[in-house]
Amino acid sequence: MANIISDEIIDYVGILAKLELDSEEKEQAKKDMGRMLDYIDKLNELDTQNVEPMSHIFPANNVFREDKVANGDGREYVLANVPERKDDCLIVPKTIVG
Amino acid sequence: MSLTNLTAIELGKKIQNKEVSALEAVQAALDSIDSKEEKINSFVTVDKEGAINSAKKVQKLIDTGELKSPVAGVPVAIKDNMCTKDMLTTCSSRILGNFIPMYTAEAIINLEKAGAVILGKTNMDEFAMGSTTETSYYGPTKNPWNINHVPGGSSGGSCAAVAAEECSFALGSDTGGSIRQPCSFCGVTGIKPTYGTVSRYGLIAYGSSLDQIGPIAKDVTDCATVLEIIASYDHKDSTSVKRDKLDFTSALVDDVKGMKIGLPRDYFGEGLDSEVKEAVFNAAKELEKKGAVIEEFDLSLVDYAIPAYYIIACAEASSNLARFDGVKYGYRTSEYNGLHNMYKKSRSEGFGTEVKRRIMLGSFVLSSGYYDAYYIKALKTKALIKGAFDRAFAKYDVILGPAAPTTAPELGKSLSDPLKMYLGDIYTISANLSGLPGITVPCGIDSKGLPIGLQLLGDCFKEKNIIRAAYAFEQTREYKHSPLS
Repeated sequence: MANIISDEIIDYVGILAKLELDSEEKEQAKKDMGRMLDYIDKLNELDTQNVEPMSHIFPANNVFREDKVANGDGREYVLANVPERKDDCLIVPKTIVG
Repeated sequence: MSLTNLTAIELGKKIQNKEVSALEAVQAALDSIDSKEEKINSFVTVDKEGAINSAKKVQKLIDTGELKSPVAGVPVAIKDNMCTKDMLTTCSSRILGNFIPMYTAEAIINLEKAGAVILGKTNMDEFAMGSTTETSYYGPTKNPWNINHVPGGSSGGSCAAVAAEECSFALGSDTGGSIRQPCSFCGVTGIKPTYGTVSRYGLIAYGSSLDQIGPIAKDVTDCATVLEIIASYDHKDSTSVKRDKLDFTSALVDDVKGMKIGLPRDYFGEGLDSEVKEAVFNAAKELEKKGAVIEEFDLSLVDYAIPAYYIIACAEASSNLARFDGVKYGYRTSEYNGLHNMYKKSRSEGFGTEVKRRIMLGSFVLSSGYYDAYYIKALKTKALIKGAFDRAFAKYDVILGPAAPTTAPELGKSLSDPLKMYLGDIYTISANLSGLPGITVPCGIDSKGLPIGLQLLGDCFKEKNIIRAAYAFEQTREYKHSPLS
């Protein structure tokens, strides 16, 4: 395998992806990612020096509209899906630790 | 001949003619679901009561003459990544196991306005990531042609439900072939429209620049009719395209005289099953007999589509799936230590292996130091691939090839080697990178008794070309009902 994924890289990716892997999953993820990157490296065969990256197929422009309320009061709907709530508030773990 | 054997449009006609009531049509579908679900598991949610109630409401509007749409009263199944107000929408994931949306996807609203009756939500690969419907948290769907085989994916539930005749038609979504490949495996027809044709509002995003909703049904007429209904410009989807002439059914003509059809040699090379190859070549011959001009050509760059796709799709997925954090909706872990630990544990327990694999790859290719080498390289490759298709469509009206290299694999044989599974998307993926419309129609049965699918690709906004060619081919062959129908 040409791409060796280090523990540091997989830990960093875990932070970016907000995922927690146990040691077995981590080893598997290192292998899977290395193998995938080996395959992806095939793109290096292509000379893309003078090619513009294409993020959209069609010209992408901002689409503006008036900021008018079109839907009704969805508060109960929104709150009904919240994992933990108190009255009309969402309960979340402490975000600032003093 | 029972009601479920009919095409959606045949059934819709009988309903309009008062030969059949909407309630009878819906009840027949619900009975079919009752008798088959244990075997095939196409659905995550079946909403019996809701379906019966809407059938009654729709019937009243048909009786008063207010509803004349060809799908009024016709039962439809919806892939479980499209939001349905008041109905569980899981994306076949644990993390959305209890999610009840507060609004309905625009494509479904268009269907509801036309009077189609929603039966429930179909199984899929978790967050549409997979090619077999085996990554679903709710168990795999089985292929109605042989329940030891997969239905394909990720819209495997929708395609299996159509093939098993649990519904008259279905909606699926296609990010890298997720309508066209399972249609091929299940012996049904499906269209992935030009990017921007059907609103993505309410479609839970996987790869936003690639995702499109499309119809799945027994034949081309059904698919063209449904596409005409669901296609709309929608200001709620910023990539929605204002198009005129959405009259796709006008292309349902058995005439391909002079149509130029290109067969990319790159689609018929190594890795293609010989029986699939023969069936697809025979389909090309049928079109040639009808007056189409068939020519082989080199498309080029085919081998670069999959690596470019996985970089782009995973990068977009890593960003799109960041919203699932255990705060606002969905699964939250039971024990945690602080906010970040809650995020991490909820996500790690809520997502399955394939989803985590793709989020990690996506996070990696977007991370500083790797962004240019991977993500930008992929976007440049996409530009080259689009250029190759532009050159091809300067010469041909339609590109013809297989939808998948093989027929449906056996259950349990694909997930252990993800890279091998990804390679199965080789013929479908470029259409998503280039925004092109594509259609799969059944074109044969292999020696194992499994369906083979033909894929036709058109230039952007040229759905009518592929619909016309598919319709003309379809006239040469009778629809084969699956053994579970």
